[in-house]
Amino acid sequence: MSAVMDYAPLLWQGLLTTILVTVLSGALCVVVAFAAGLARLSRHRFLSWPAGIFIEVFRGTSLLVQMFWLFFALPFFGIQLHPVTAAVLALGLNEGAYAAEVVRGAIASRAKGQTEACIALGMEPALRLRRIIIPQSIPAMLPPFGNVMVDLLKNTSLVSLVTVADLTFSAQMIRSTTGQTTAIFLTILVVYFVLSYLLTLLTGWLERRFALDRKALVAQRKESRLMKVGAA
Amino acid sequence: MIWDNNFAISVFPLLLEGLGVTVQITLLGTLLAAVLGLVFAVLRRLAIPVLSPVVSFLVVFVRGTPLLVQAYCAFFVLPAYGVSFDALTTGVVVIGINYSAYMAEVYRSGIQGVPKGQWEAATALSLPGARTWGRIILPQAIRTVVPMLGNYLIQMFKDSAVLSAITVVELMATAQAIGSSNFRYLEPLTMAALLFLAVSYPASRLVNRLERRYAPQH
Repeated sequence: MSAVMDYAPLLWQGLLTTILVTVLSGALCVVVAFAAGLARLSRHRFLSWPAGIFIEVFRGTSLLVQMFWLFFALPFFGIQLHPVTAAVLALGLNEGAYAAEVVRGAIASRAKGQTEACIALGMEPALRLRRIIIPQSIPAMLPPFGNVMVDLLKNTSLVSLVTVADLTFSAQMIRSTTGQTTAIFLTILVVYFVLSYLLTLLTGWLERRFALDRKALVAQRKESRLMKVGAA
Repeated sequence: MIWDNNFAISVFPLLLEGLGVTVQITLLGTLLAAVLGLVFAVLRRLAIPVLSPVVSFLVVFVRGTPLLVQAYCAFFVLPAYGVSFDALTTGVVVIGINYSAYMAEVYRSGIQGVPKGQWEAATALSLPGARTWGRIILPQAIRTVVPMLGNYLIQMFKDSAVLSAITVVELMATAQAIGSSNFRYLEPLTMAALLFLAVSYPASRLVNRLERRYAPQH
């Protein structure tokens, strides 16, 4: 355990980087998810097709390949990204593509009557989406979004492979200098576990916060179980 | 010209070889995960004191930690205790155990989806536990679970790239090795991405069709 204690500041730095990368790519992921998910639903082909291609390409290839591509292959086009930028872009776009399907699914499965009522009230499409459809879809989106965020958190460990000094990277460094492999790796396993547990707690809190009412919550849990089975 | 076509063609066979290893890892890993996942799901359901809660915790723990760190653990920690396999075996076992935790959840939902009447009927016919599980519950549970297993197979196919970090020479590691020895990353990485897409996209279409065919019967 002594290595863990001696190198605690380094691990702490790594942990902060991991959290930073998670927060930044999580924010990007949400933006990408709504942009791509809504574009995918659009009736205009010039919006829905590119969104569809984006979603399929990013879901169909490995996250690690995407990250390496942004870091190693993009310089051939004269664009040299900072490792953290490449990492955040890859994570945000990849998980965003998964989350876009969540957004699309949640909105597509809303009751048709709501849209019809909006049309009857003479609401414009943009207003309809912003004031009625999206707010109603949020409770259904939250549980699968939580899963995506936990996935994102775990996948931040891959940024260590493009030289970002996150928790995993620090652990590897300490391992190679001290040789105390077991203690180091068990420590970061537990840290990652605690982080993802905290994320699930946060999602649970958000779910309660955004629930329409208790009855809706129960129905939603059922739905989220189904979606968990369906989405992953 | 940014893209060197001759170079791309010359390294293509190597990448295909890597893809072969990736597919091999995926198939073996999925087999392991499907079996282990089923064992975990049944153990949790049987509610055996001590054992079942431990299994439950392990499943949650594995799901809450990154595959990469699990792979490092198996690759660097186990040899310190005299247990060592080659990288490929370690990789298959790690990814198999990792996915078994997810599959346990899938089986659990499948088992839960079997109507209560089926259990009651089995009890009424005084079938022994093993036959209730083996002949009544699992065949019905697994039927609904088949498409999900397909989804995880595709997911594992993509995730297996992570194993390149513990020196498993699959598609990703091959692309990387070609890139670093020729100082040209663009072609190998782009082709690796396209190869991943070429396999996983049709596969996910296929799973979608399976999903419709194996939709729950009751």
